[in-house]
Amino acid sequence: MAVRRLNPEQPAQFAFTAENLAWAKETIAKYPEGKQASAVIPLLWRAQEQAEGWLPEPAIRYVCDMLGMAHIRGLEIATFYTMFQLSPVGSKAHIQVCGTTPCMLRGSRELIEVCKKRINEHAHETNADGTLSWEEVECIGVCANAPVVQVGKDTFEDLTPEQLNKILDGFLAGRQPKPGSQIGRVASSPVTGPTSLTDPTLYDGSTIGAWKKRFEETGGGLDDKAAETTPPSALASPAHKEEVATGTSPSSPGKTPAPHPAALTAMANAGLVKELEARGGGKPLSAGELDKIKSDMIRDKAIAATGAASQPELLKAPRGGTADDLSLIRGITDKTAGKLREIGIFHFDQIAGWTPGNVAWFESQLDGFKGRVTRDKWIEQAQKLASGWRPESKAGERPKG
Amino acid sequence: MLHDRDRIFRNIYGFHDVSLKGAESRGVWDGTKFFIDKGHDYIIDEVKKSGLRGRGGAGFPTGLKWSFMPKADARPSYLVINADESEPGSCKDREILRHDAHLLVEGALLASFAMRAHTSYVYVRGEYIREREALQRAIDEAYAAKFIGKDNIHGWDFDIVVHHGAGAYICGEETAMLESLEGKKGQPRLKPPFPANVGLYGAPTTINNVESIAVVGEILRRGSTWFAALGKPNNTGTKLFQISGHVERPCVVEEEMGIPLKELIDRHCGGIRGGWNNLLAVIPGGSSVRCITAEQAEAVTMDFDALSKLGSGLGTAAVIVMDKSTDIIAAIRRIAYFYKHESCGQCTPCREGTGWMWRVLERMERGEAEKREIDLLFDVTKEIEGHTICALGDAAAWPVQGLIKNFRPVIEQRIDEYQAKHTRVAAE
Repeated sequence: MAVRRLNPEQPAQFAFTAENLAWAKETIAKYPEGKQASAVIPLLWRAQEQAEGWLPEPAIRYVCDMLGMAHIRGLEIATFYTMFQLSPVGSKAHIQVCGTTPCMLRGSRELIEVCKKRINEHAHETNADGTLSWEEVECIGVCANAPVVQVGKDTFEDLTPEQLNKILDGFLAGRQPKPGSQIGRVASSPVTGPTSLTDPTLYDGSTIGAWKKRFEETGGGLDDKAAETTPPSALASPAHKEEVATGTSPSSPGKTPAPHPAALTAMANAGLVKELEARGGGKPLSAGELDKIKSDMIRDKAIAATGAASQPELLKAPRGGTADDLSLIRGITDKTAGKLREIGIFHFDQIAGWTPGNVAWFESQLDGFKGRVTRDKWIEQAQKLASGWRPESKAGERPKG
Repeated sequence: MLHDRDRIFRNIYGFHDVSLKGAESRGVWDGTKFFIDKGHDYIIDEVKKSGLRGRGGAGFPTGLKWSFMPKADARPSYLVINADESEPGSCKDREILRHDAHLLVEGALLASFAMRAHTSYVYVRGEYIREREALQRAIDEAYAAKFIGKDNIHGWDFDIVVHHGAGAYICGEETAMLESLEGKKGQPRLKPPFPANVGLYGAPTTINNVESIAVVGEILRRGSTWFAALGKPNNTGTKLFQISGHVERPCVVEEEMGIPLKELIDRHCGGIRGGWNNLLAVIPGGSSVRCITAEQAEAVTMDFDALSKLGSGLGTAAVIVMDKSTDIIAAIRRIAYFYKHESCGQCTPCREGTGWMWRVLERMERGEAEKREIDLLFDVTKEIEGHTICALGDAAAWPVQGLIKNFRPVIEQRIDEYQAKHTRVAAE
């Protein structure tokens, strides 16, 4: 708990501006009838904003009267919640420095020293001309961008003492410094660029509607058999495998007196794990090897599910010497088109005539192609293109429906 | 390693359009109506089968929690979404709120429908002001598109209200959150009655973490089997990990549950500052769990069960890394101060104990203590743990226990050094 007292000097009265009053009425209406007390924190917050960053005692009474609450209840709230400032703060900025361990590990002590030196030896007291004040706060929740300070609505992240000095200069000069990371990283991604979410197919709209296939395949139901034929896109980790092998896993038979729902699913997966194990030859595998085996297995299962794979007719060279521009099919990049030519596919009409077996064969030829032919509707697109139609953009046109 | 196509949060860094249009292009709000038409029990069942465990720290199975809600009750039901992310080290919900908010709004509709609730409150911590604004924008868009609200296209009347706190960690405790939402001090309630019976405004209420709700839409779309196949048994799916402290490149990243900690740090954070030989300790799940040693950190996998076997916990998967330059006593002392500051003051063991532990650690940091006080401190943590209404007492006790369990020699050495410096030489 923190000891928090009201400021000895208080203004005589407080009332919301017309605009804030209208906002307050709207906010109260968000809560069920008779439960208007729920709005007390938002209203006190708005009062604090109106009163230049701190909450005077008349404002607490004013809000309580508005909500039909005893004054003591409002006082309890104002003293309990530490974002309510009970004494005046700097007129240009109130610096909240996070001092908790994750920020401390990355240098928040030095930031506090800057505040002590430039603002005031003591927290919650303003500098000589009343423009700045500071306090040490408990975790702002921006830990991956530590150390951090919050001023008003914004956070300033990945700070050094020099940068904090510059930010203080900015506020003193009346300029709002640029919030967010001060070392130019985007949000909480690694500073050298993201290590994930680099697959462009997540963002080209091709994921939309992919889920429907699961229900089409199983006739709308979701019975156990269907669940088995839906190949999971990734399987258990090596540690899980080990647990299964040594019988310490909840998915091992004879060790599940009251199976957890997840354990049940895991038991269903145990068959798959066994197969994985067999494919890996029972050796300990690196993450990369495991990934490779997983994707092979998924591909093989997909082929098994679609029936026998059969090789479509392939050409040694394009007819008449020139190949069609296969990259006009949306979902086929220039690189993929190159791979297609290597296999012996040069023309739209070759793809247009594929049977499901041909698709399965094709997908078995290239890594990471499971489902893409169907999902991106290559065959339909190829049929259209074979008839002479051309899309407006080079990247192809997304098929409807 | 988790493939990009298996990641649920596809805009977690905000590189792409955060608006409704952008979210839809990434597959959010795709087929929502189809799953609502499948019925309340289908959704609960799928979430149960997926093995999803609550992402707020305790790891309670989400589907099971939902099934506690009464199916027929004269009172309204509520879903309260806990966005009071205040545990030191945790910074994942913030990214969901500001960059992938539509996943949350969609999940809120699906979860509320499953539990027969027509209203959901999102309690956002007071500090997250921009995040609150971003969430409100997403909600406004969803209302405008008639995805939520009265007579919406999904056929289930649903309102979502953004509420906020004002800087009290304890409001992340579910019953304290309800008190705060009702306009009181955030002091936890005694259980029973549990919120599923008597919750917000005395009505049946379920409280879920932001991340638990935001993954629901994708679980339904891709199927519980998909989610359950990721991770390890009983620890399924993907998780947002937040790595802070002494790594080369701190970040938030979605990974598979059960990923080895070493792989997580090497792959996404560029390793430990100064290499793995420079590692001192790791707090693997946010400030409230016990720290683990460098040796344990090299071998452990990041899931609820593996970490609790080490006497620690996954918590919110907030990994705080400390290299050998860290004064471990000071680091834990700062955490103890945090709990002292955030104790609501309701239960004596916590109100008095958190301050006492902090003061003792302040002295131990300087070495100004007796060695027997180490055992005394440990005993006191045991008197706090389990003797309070809510888990804040436990959360305050565990980091101190972790310190004593793993770094007792450091404390003893500090005391020896202090005494060597300050012993008066006895006169002849």
